[in-house]
Amino acid sequence: MKILVCISKAPDTTAKISFTDSDTKFSETGVQFIINPYDEWYALVRGLELKEANGGTVTTISVGAADYDPIIRKALAIGADDAVRIDTQPTDAFQVASEIANYAKDKGYDMVLCGKETINYNGSQVGGMIAELMNLPYVSLAVKLEVNGGTATIERDMQGGTEVVEISGAFVLSASKGMAEQRIPNMRGIMQARTKPLTVVPASGSLAMTEIVSYELPPAKSACKMVDAENMDELISLLHNEAKVI
Amino acid sequence: MSVLVFADSNNGAIAKSAVEAIHYGSKIGETTVITYGNVDDSALASLGNYGASKVLINKSINEFDGQKLSKLIRAAAESAEVIVFAMDFSGKSLASRVAAGLNAGLVSGALGLPDTSNGFVVRKAVFSGKAFANCKINSDKKVIALMPNSIQVETNDASASVEEFNADLGSSAVTVKEFKAKGGGGVLLTEADVIVSAGRGLKGPENWGMIEELATEMGAATACSRPVADIGWRPHHEHVGQTGIAVRPNLYIAVGISGAIQHLAGVNGSKVMVVINTDAEAPFFKAADYGVVGDAFDVVPKFIEKLKAFKAQQ
Repeated sequence: MKILVCISKAPDTTAKISFTDSDTKFSETGVQFIINPYDEWYALVRGLELKEANGGTVTTISVGAADYDPIIRKALAIGADDAVRIDTQPTDAFQVASEIANYAKDKGYDMVLCGKETINYNGSQVGGMIAELMNLPYVSLAVKLEVNGGTATIERDMQGGTEVVEISGAFVLSASKGMAEQRIPNMRGIMQARTKPLTVVPASGSLAMTEIVSYELPPAKSACKMVDAENMDELISLLHNEAKVI
Repeated sequence: MSVLVFADSNNGAIAKSAVEAIHYGSKIGETTVITYGNVDDSALASLGNYGASKVLINKSINEFDGQKLSKLIRAAAESAEVIVFAMDFSGKSLASRVAAGLNAGLVSGALGLPDTSNGFVVRKAVFSGKAFANCKINSDKKVIALMPNSIQVETNDASASVEEFNADLGSSAVTVKEFKAKGGGGVLLTEADVIVSAGRGLKGPENWGMIEELATEMGAATACSRPVADIGWRPHHEHVGQTGIAVRPNLYIAVGISGAIQHLAGVNGSKVMVVINTDAEAPFFKAADYGVVGDAFDVVPKFIEKLKAFKAQQ
């Protein structure tokens, strides 16, 4: 089983968010970067579990510059066999997906797994775009993935419930919470990761379709109005007359 | 500009988030809706009330099939300049696929109408709600996935024309085996105007009765924090937060939740937040609009009692 897992770099969930260059760039000063949690906890770990059960390989793929290498090494430490980095600084999801699809399309992967979204751009775009560009079926927001012979059974979140689908043949999937449990790399994994292959390939020159022209921080929140625990009439009055939500 | 809006038709009804997308589309230009399945013609014509001029329906697709639906939408989008989805479960599955197929840029999670004074710029939340980005779409066709509950829907008396629409949809490699509906049958979390959410402060799953009662009184959906879902007090689909579901209700009431940054990431799009917690230092109070320091087991029953009295007066 040949599994490709897409890995993106994201600021740590507790990082302070600020911008530079007239609010056109994310300020990376003092920010620690991690593997996007949905890519790591769910897509990568489920890929590794399937490999352990069925044999095969797990390759990670990322589109980014050399500053991606530390998080790629972490993915290798968690257990991926090898990694590919497409060497360019993408500006949108379309460019990322095009680069991954161009690389992966003739390599015979049985499945391409990604997280359901990144925690920095919250787009939910890359998986569906890869699927379209590779002409493969796409299952979004998957919470469960089982493989039996050449057939995958996948549960995905839909409005009002979960849907169970079956796919024969290759597919692309975006992973949501429930797919797997987080794995902490052990010392052996960390040592092995240093010598596992990380192949850097040139970009195919795909273009972005969108650009971020500026960022804004939300306006400062006005102070929380405290209501006495004995005075629920006041809370109801505030919600009705002031906030106008009841 | 000519606009195409995809409207999901789960169980034969047009979703609330799709109605918002239709209204949003009509603010941009002449709006055609594409939908599928078994929906009454009268229900389709009434989408004119929200601004649709024309509704196209494909009756050969009867279940959510991403491959066929994306082909259908692309065929319908031939003359459209802007294609709009709701950023709900179906939009997250389809918008990216359709955008790539049309060689078009996509802004997902749009919070407002495009600003066309300098190009085509759409505002969206980034960094899990901690900031906003203004995204410019540079392709000829533009795809937008609208965040649910981000625009006010106005209605009129107009009626839309309804036409059947067929296209070459090819075959699909995905077979839908089963749909497991979530239990409870109450208000859907992703569509709720009001959400009552509770956390570890409730001490045990047996204490959720008052949370459910409050939710029923308010016509609200119930939700919970991550630890509560992880230890199995509440089902996983109720978990809101960074790794759970992100919600944007008009009113979010948090009971016994401290307000970790990961929880806030899933709820910071709420218009008004009320926090009830015993700990006056709980970080959630910094994000809240209204706070009550007190024991949930005292405060919630009192709130329910006063709410009932208030409703009786209305």
